[in-house]
Amino acid sequence: MDLIQSYSEELKLIRKPWTKVWVWGLVLAVFLLPTYTTDAVVYIATMVFMLTVGVLGQNLLIGFTGQISFGQAGFLAIGAFTFGHLSMLGVPWALALVAAGVMAGIFGFLVGFPSLRLKGPYLAIATLGFGVAVYQIFANSPVLSGGRMGLTIQKLEEFWFLNMEQTYFYLYFIIAGLFVLLTYNIVSSYMGRAFIAIRDNDIAAEVLGVSLTRYKLLSFAISSFYVGVQGGMLALLLGYLEPNMFTFLTTIDFLVAVIVGGLALVEGSILGAAFVVIIPQLLSEYKEAVPFIYGVAIILVLIFQPLGLAGMWLKMRLYFRHWPFR
Amino acid sequence: MENILQYAITGLSQGSLYALVALGVVLVYRANRVLNFAHGDITTVGAFAAFMLLAAGIPWWLAFFLAILLGAAIAMVFYFGILIPAQRREANHLGMVILTLGFGLIMQALVLKFGDLEPQTFPFPLSDSETFNIGGVVISHLSLGTLIFGILGSFGFYLLVQKTPIGLAMRATSENLAAAQTLGIPTRRVLALSWGLAAGLGVMAGLFLAAVLFLDPPFMMEPFLKGFAAAILGGLNSLPGAIVGGLILGVAEALAGGLISVAFKNTLAFLIIIFVLLFKPEGLLGTEFIERV
Repeated sequence: MDLIQSYSEELKLIRKPWTKVWVWGLVLAVFLLPTYTTDAVVYIATMVFMLTVGVLGQNLLIGFTGQISFGQAGFLAIGAFTFGHLSMLGVPWALALVAAGVMAGIFGFLVGFPSLRLKGPYLAIATLGFGVAVYQIFANSPVLSGGRMGLTIQKLEEFWFLNMEQTYFYLYFIIAGLFVLLTYNIVSSYMGRAFIAIRDNDIAAEVLGVSLTRYKLLSFAISSFYVGVQGGMLALLLGYLEPNMFTFLTTIDFLVAVIVGGLALVEGSILGAAFVVIIPQLLSEYKEAVPFIYGVAIILVLIFQPLGLAGMWLKMRLYFRHWPFR
Repeated sequence: MENILQYAITGLSQGSLYALVALGVVLVYRANRVLNFAHGDITTVGAFAAFMLLAAGIPWWLAFFLAILLGAAIAMVFYFGILIPAQRREANHLGMVILTLGFGLIMQALVLKFGDLEPQTFPFPLSDSETFNIGGVVISHLSLGTLIFGILGSFGFYLLVQKTPIGLAMRATSENLAAAQTLGIPTRRVLALSWGLAAGLGVMAGLFLAAVLFLDPPFMMEPFLKGFAAAILGGLNSLPGAIVGGLILGVAEALAGGLISVAFKNTLAFLIIIFVLLFKPEGLLGTEFIERV
C-alpha cells in the first residue's frame, strides 16, 4: 500500500501523521469510556479487552502460522485453573497471571509436537482431542476443579477513586494494550516473518532456513501463553471457575472471533473479540439465535470477505484515500 | 470371562454405530479433503425431524425414511449452496473446515428454535429393556438390532462403493478429480452424492443413538467425536478402515468402562486419537500420504 524506503520505517506501527491523530483519538476515547457511559457498557468493554488477548494468540497460530487448532478451550482452562489455585494459595494476581500464561504455554509447547508431523485435518483432530480431554480431566477430578462448588477466587479490590468495574476496565485495558503492542512487534520481527513463511509453504520455508521445529513449537507456545493469560483474566473477572465454562463451544467462540475479525490482522482480533462479546449481549433475549448469527457470519465472511471485518475496514480506507479514482 | 464377552458384545453394538458415523466422515473426507464438522449437527436435525414426524402419527418406517432423506438433502444443499461458491473464490482448506463448522452452528440454532428442548425418550420399534439370553450373554433387542443393522449398513455401503458404476465414479473422483472430469464423470454430482450418502448414514446412526440416549439438541456431539476418533484410528481415507476403527473403538470403550472406570471410558477415544496420530498418523488401514513439493 505504502512506499516503504527503509527498515526502520517498516518497523513503525503508524506511518502517517493523520493516522497517528485518529489512532490516539480512538485510544483516548476508549480510555475516557467510563466517564460518559454506564457501568454495564464498561463491563462489556472489559470483556472485549479480555477476549482480545486470547483471540490475538489464536490469530498468531491460525492466521499467521496457519496451524489449525481446535484446542483453545483446553489452554483457557489450564490458564484459568492455574490462576485459581495460585490465587487460593495467596499468590498476588499479577504473578498468578504470568504463571497462568506460562503453564498454558508449556502445554502449548507439548501440543505443538504433533504439529511437526501432522497437517491440516489431522492436526485439527489432534488439538480437538486435546481440548476435549482437558475438559474431561477437569470435569472428572474434584481436586483440580474444586468439585461441585467450583473454585472461588478473590476478586480485585477497588483502586483509588475507581469503582469495581472501572478498576477492572483500566487494568484489562492496559493488559490488552500491552498484548496488542507485543503482537504488532512479533509480527513485524523475524519471528513473525518466519510464521508467515511457514503458513504459505512450510517446505519452502525450511529450505530457506527457517527452523520448522523451533517456529512451529514457538507459535504454539506463544499462542497458548496468550490464551492462558486470558484464562487468568477470566478467573479474576468472574471470581469463580467451573469446568463447564471450557467446552468445545468456547473454542468455537475463538474461531468465530478470528475468522469474522480477520485472519492475520491484528486489528481483526480486536474487532473479532468485540463481535463475539457484543452479539450475545445484543441478543440476550434470543439466545438460540446466537449460533445462527455466528454461522451465517462465518459463511458470509469466508465467501465474500476473506479478511473479515478488518479487511472491510482496510478496503474502505483504500477507497477513500483514492477517491474519486478507483 | 463371561463379563468380558458381555462387554465385547455391548461394545460391538455401540461400535457399529461409531462405524456408521465414521463412514460418513471418511466419505466426505475422501470426496473433498474436508473434515465435516457439521456431520453431527445434520444428524441431530434428522433425528429431530424423525421425532416430530412420529409425534404427528406417521408410521415409523416412513418417518425414518423421510428423516434420512432430509439429512441427505441438507448436506447436498450445503455442498451446492455454500461449499461450491466458496471453492470458486478459492477458499483454502482451513476455510472449508470452518465453513462446515459455521453450517453446523446454523443447524444447531435451527434445532434449538424448532425442536423440543426438554430431553425426551425416543419411541423406537425395538425395545431396550427386553433382552435375549444367549449362553449367559445378555443382549437387548435394541443392541442386537443395532449390531445387525450396523453390519448390514456397512456391508451394503461397501457393495455400493466397490461393485456399482456409481461407486466406481465416486472412487475415481476421489482418486483424481481432474482425470475424472476429463473422462466425463459428472464429478460435481458425484461429490454431492457422497455428501448426501454420508449425511444419510449419519442420520441412520443418529436414529439408533437417539433410542439409547435422550434426545436433546447436543446429543450427537459425543458420538460424533467418537466417530471422528474411529475414522482416524482406521485411517481417514479408508472406508473399510472406518468400519474396523468404529468396531475396535466400541469394544475398547466397553472394556475400559467395564474393567477400569466409567470416567476413563470417555477419555479413551481422545487418548487413542493422540496416540494414533503420534505414531501412525495414516491409521490402521489408511495409505500413507506423500506431499509433492
